Amino acid sequence: MTQPKKKTTIILFSGDYDKAMAAYIIANGAAAYDHDVTIFHTFWGLNALRKEAPVPVQKGFLEKMFAKMMPRGADRMGLSRMNFAGIGPKLIKKVIKKHNAMPLPQLIEMAKEQGVKLVACQMTVDLLGLKPEELIDGIEFAGVAAYLADASEGNVNLFI
Amino acid sequence: MNVAKVLDAKGLACPMPVVRAKKAMDELQSGQVLEVHTTDKGAKNDLPAWAKASGHTVLDMKEDNGVLMFWIQKG
Repeated sequence: MTQPKKKTTIILFSGDYDKAMAAYIIANGAAAYDHDVTIFHTFWGLNALRKEAPVPVQKGFLEKMFAKMMPRGADRMGLSRMNFAGIGPKLIKKVIKKHNAMPLPQLIEMAKEQGVKLVACQMTVDLLGLKPEELIDGIEFAGVAAYLADASEGNVNLFI
Repeated sequence: MNVAKVLDAKGLACPMPVVRAKKAMDELQSGQVLEVHTTDKGAKNDLPAWAKASGHTVLDMKEDNGVLMFWIQKG
């Protein structure tokens, strides 16, 4: 069992609750498979890393608009289908509870516990006007080269 | 069979049974046996797949009243 660990990399582009859930379930599964796992968050996927509470930061008008219009944190994200202006997520969370599955915020917590590397794409963090202090602790900031370094050794590479 | 540890993963849904099994297995020595109880029907395929990929051996599997039981020997 001394051979190098296998690698899984996931790009989370989507800001949809259901798609992020799929990404994090795969990440947790891969960690249980003893893979080195990286989730690279870009564009709308960054919202999964936002803190739920508003963080007072200095930013311009456009950036403030973006911050307002995007969900603050994983729990506030909408569904890719049947969102029904926010009723869909409430229903899905109900069935998640009923089936004893894990809601997204807990999946993210567990991924961190299992040592999944959470990466925020620096370029899109800047584009969307997010500040590092608005994102949860314990994440890394990187770009395409860092992703490719992981992905080129990856046994499983997904774009969600 | 000499069971070193019993993992009760009943009621838990994917991916928890495998995540818990991995955690429990990390505490065992090579050759020791982990007994897993789960009600997740997906685990029927999930646990053997995970065991194989992780170098463990599924010694036995049983289903009783909706509860799946696995005996997995650490590799």
